[in-house]
Amino acid sequence: MPIFFVNKVRVDIAAGVPGDTPLLWILRDSLNLTGTKYGCGKALCGACTVLIEGQPTRSCQVPLSSIKLGTDVTTIEGLKTREALALQAAWEKLDVPQCGYCQSGQLMSAAALLAKNRHPSDADIDNAMAGNICRCATYPRIRAAIKDAGKSLG
Amino acid sequence: MNPMRMSPLQSAADTPARPPATGPGRRVFLKVTAAAAGGLTLGIFSVDAAQAATAKAARSVAAGPEFTPNAFLRIAPDSSVTVIVKHLEMGQGTYTGLPTLVAEELDAAWSQLRVEGAPADAKLYNNLQWGPMQGTGGSSSMANSFEQYRQAGAAARAMLVAAAAARWKVPAEAIAVKNGVVSHGGRKASFGELATAAAKEPVPASPKLKDPKDFVYIGRHVPRSDARAKSTGTAIYTQDVKLPGMLTAVVAHPPRFGAKVKNIGADGLKGLPGIRFVVEVPNGVAVVANGFWDAKRGRDALKIEWDEATGFKYSSSDVLAEFKRLAGTPGAVARNDGDAAGALARAAHKLDAAYEFPYLAHAAMEPMNCVIRLDADRAEVWNGEQFQTVDQGAIAKALGLEPAKVTIHQLYAGGSFGRRANPNSDYVLEAAAIVKGLAAQGKRGIPVKLVWTREDDMQAGYFRPAYYHSLQAGLDADGNVVAWQQRIVGQSILDGTPMAGMIKNGIDPTSVEGAANLPYAIANLHVDLHSPQIGVPVQWWRSVGSTHTAYSTETLIDELAATAGKDPVAFRRTLLARQPRHLSVLELAAQKAGWGEPLAPGRNGAKRGRGIAVHESFGTAVAQVVEVTVDADKTFTVDRVVCAVNCGLAVNPDVVRAQMEGGIGYGLSAALYGEITIKDGGVEQSNFNDYRVLRINEMPAVEVHIVPSAEAPTGVGEPGVPPIAPAVANALAAVTGTRLRKLPLTLGA
Ligand code: FES
Ligand code: FES
Repeated sequence: MPIFFVNKVRVDIAAGVPGDTPLLWILRDSLNLTGTKYGCGKALCGACTVLIEGQPTRSCQVPLSSIKLGTDVTTIEGLKTREALALQAAWEKLDVPQCGYCQSGQLMSAAALLAKNRHPSDADIDNAMAGNICRCATYPRIRAAIKDAGKSLG
Repeated sequence: MNPMRMSPLQSAADTPARPPATGPGRRVFLKVTAAAAGGLTLGIFSVDAAQAATAKAARSVAAGPEFTPNAFLRIAPDSSVTVIVKHLEMGQGTYTGLPTLVAEELDAAWSQLRVEGAPADAKLYNNLQWGPMQGTGGSSSMANSFEQYRQAGAAARAMLVAAAAARWKVPAEAIAVKNGVVSHGGRKASFGELATAAAKEPVPASPKLKDPKDFVYIGRHVPRSDARAKSTGTAIYTQDVKLPGMLTAVVAHPPRFGAKVKNIGADGLKGLPGIRFVVEVPNGVAVVANGFWDAKRGRDALKIEWDEATGFKYSSSDVLAEFKRLAGTPGAVARNDGDAAGALARAAHKLDAAYEFPYLAHAAMEPMNCVIRLDADRAEVWNGEQFQTVDQGAIAKALGLEPAKVTIHQLYAGGSFGRRANPNSDYVLEAAAIVKGLAAQGKRGIPVKLVWTREDDMQAGYFRPAYYHSLQAGLDADGNVVAWQQRIVGQSILDGTPMAGMIKNGIDPTSVEGAANLPYAIANLHVDLHSPQIGVPVQWWRSVGSTHTAYSTETLIDELAATAGKDPVAFRRTLLARQPRHLSVLELAAQKAGWGEPLAPGRNGAKRGRGIAVHESFGTAVAQVVEVTVDADKTFTVDRVVCAVNCGLAVNPDVVRAQMEGGIGYGLSAALYGEITIKDGGVEQSNFNDYRVLRINEMPAVEVHIVPSAEAPTGVGEPGVPPIAPAVANALAAVTGTRLRKLPLTLGA
């Protein structure tokens, strides 16, 4: 029975849960953590991004069977780092979201970026965020909000 | 036909919901079992809670302490003001803009405001621009609500004031309301304190509205009401709805449009986990399972035999060939001023151009989905609902119910761009067909969430139609435009839908808008239209007709300016002398972009250039100046866009800017990459790998300037889209001399 942690809560997976089930659907359908979104199912859009051991990861491409014992998974619901709170404040301040559907994934990628690099350049932002599609094209505000959050962290 | 040919493959008992296990300090863990894989394990954010809140709110209304002066707001004893928004929030800001109008006239504090989506009710929540029907689109939400929601707020304010006047025994005129506080001299009362008394006051028929100079919210920045929920993952979309006992359906759609199921071929599903039912629906086969992944696994295991006799058999190339053939014959006349053919024959210089536009997918971030439950005598729907009246009627008809027996719960939509307002109610009816199929098996009352995969969303329809334009224009010896003749060929969006009545004299207005109302002063102007019937499902796409008409008209005008040896801005200025809105944005964009000033040099000697386009849609005029860099290998980047917009009074300037930014990004996706191609009756693209969309590294710097205006507001959700493609093409032409006439834009190898 694989055991891992989602937002610090232990999750035990019983034998019989098909190992091909992507983490995304365990989060959404079993754990009711619906902040993580389905957008493409093919690691193309980033809507399903979560942090696995701090690394931004497309949960639609993580089959249950691949999750190692004790792995730490963070979803938008459990994203409580200083960087994350600064980002969320900037997201609100700059009115980043439009439809909002991509924004959990955007924030997960941005939080991972700021955790490594408080003052990312435009190129750093492009590198970290190009895997996250926003069909509402909130990109200019995402860029501005990442910089704003970085600044607020000093 | 028996819509359901198979019984449940497995009849596992419904998964019992587990209690939330999040208490601090407790050693909690969650167990995911096979049976629970589709069930509710951890109740953090559930629609149940939202529903419980709604039910509680409904109870307190029944108990009387809430003040509900009209259908658009209610005031609770705690002074919170809940605004009932009749339009879908799909990103364009309705849940901020409409409450702003109420707050303004009510003189409420912004922090008092709450927002709730309106139920389906065509009478109460009619779209005043289209009516009588409820729906969101055509960039009409603010425009049609501007007076209505202000009046709703003003009426409530007048009743609160009357109640205070009676309580304090002073004239109503002597009472002030500011920031949610009603006062007279030293006496103060909150809205909540006055609510019960206010409810007994007569509702004023035409309450006095504020003088715009007294506005405190309108025209200023009000933060989006949904920003927090959408930044914390707590906003609930259709995809997130969870109901007790709910199952998920994934549908196998035909490989070519219109093919029918001959044999379901469900043998491969035996023994697969979580599968509950298989239901044939009009456009395929639905696998209904405990959760999405079980349903998808099951769907993918179907071996359906299709009857392709009724299926669409053609390819994009066949469609184009047919369009070209039709373009050689006269179409239905949409506009005819003067004598375009004669003037063209006499013109000193002639341009003759043909344009090709592909089918486009909407590709909203949230693929299509719908939750529905059919009970004995009623149905409930949970949906990011854009077309209440149409969908409610269609579902009612499909299920043999009265429309009033179909309740629609409004949710956020993860984008739409027109897709969720389908005149044929396509995916909504698919959901209805599934629960109807279950009911036929005696399984009524099971809520089902229909989820389209991204591939379904991209391949099963609907699409912005492909179009072909043939355009001839003539200049006299002095470089004045003397003739303009445009022929448009493409499928009608309205034909065969409940809205076909809008087609007049063979003209579907959605096919010719932006061309038939060309704003340029040209004496001899002719526009006609062919609307061939082709078996590809088509639908409006953000900015509708202007998605193609802005391109052909704005690139040809640019080409005419070049042929006449005139500056593109000056050339347009002359022709727009009687179009103040167009002129205002043309001048502002040109000025802010530094039109005519030299551009900074490109990287490694790459060439740079500017292009401009101006276009009006839904009453809003937008001009965009684009700067591009073209590299030696003919790849190019769009570096900067300066956008000017005249949408009348900008109720929330920041939302206006956001919509221009978003419109530019959405339009650029189509301009640079967007193309759905059809091969042997089916779509070739499947996901974001082969239907590319703009990513952050490709987004230009965007600057938005708003023309100050006191005129009534017009829409902003769509008008940012049309000018971007022609502005890019004009910039590319300025650099390379090549006039691109086929979308998406490529300078070729
Ligand atoms: S859903 Fe995983 S990347 Fe799109
Ligand atoms: S905000 Fe709509 S997809 Fe990003």
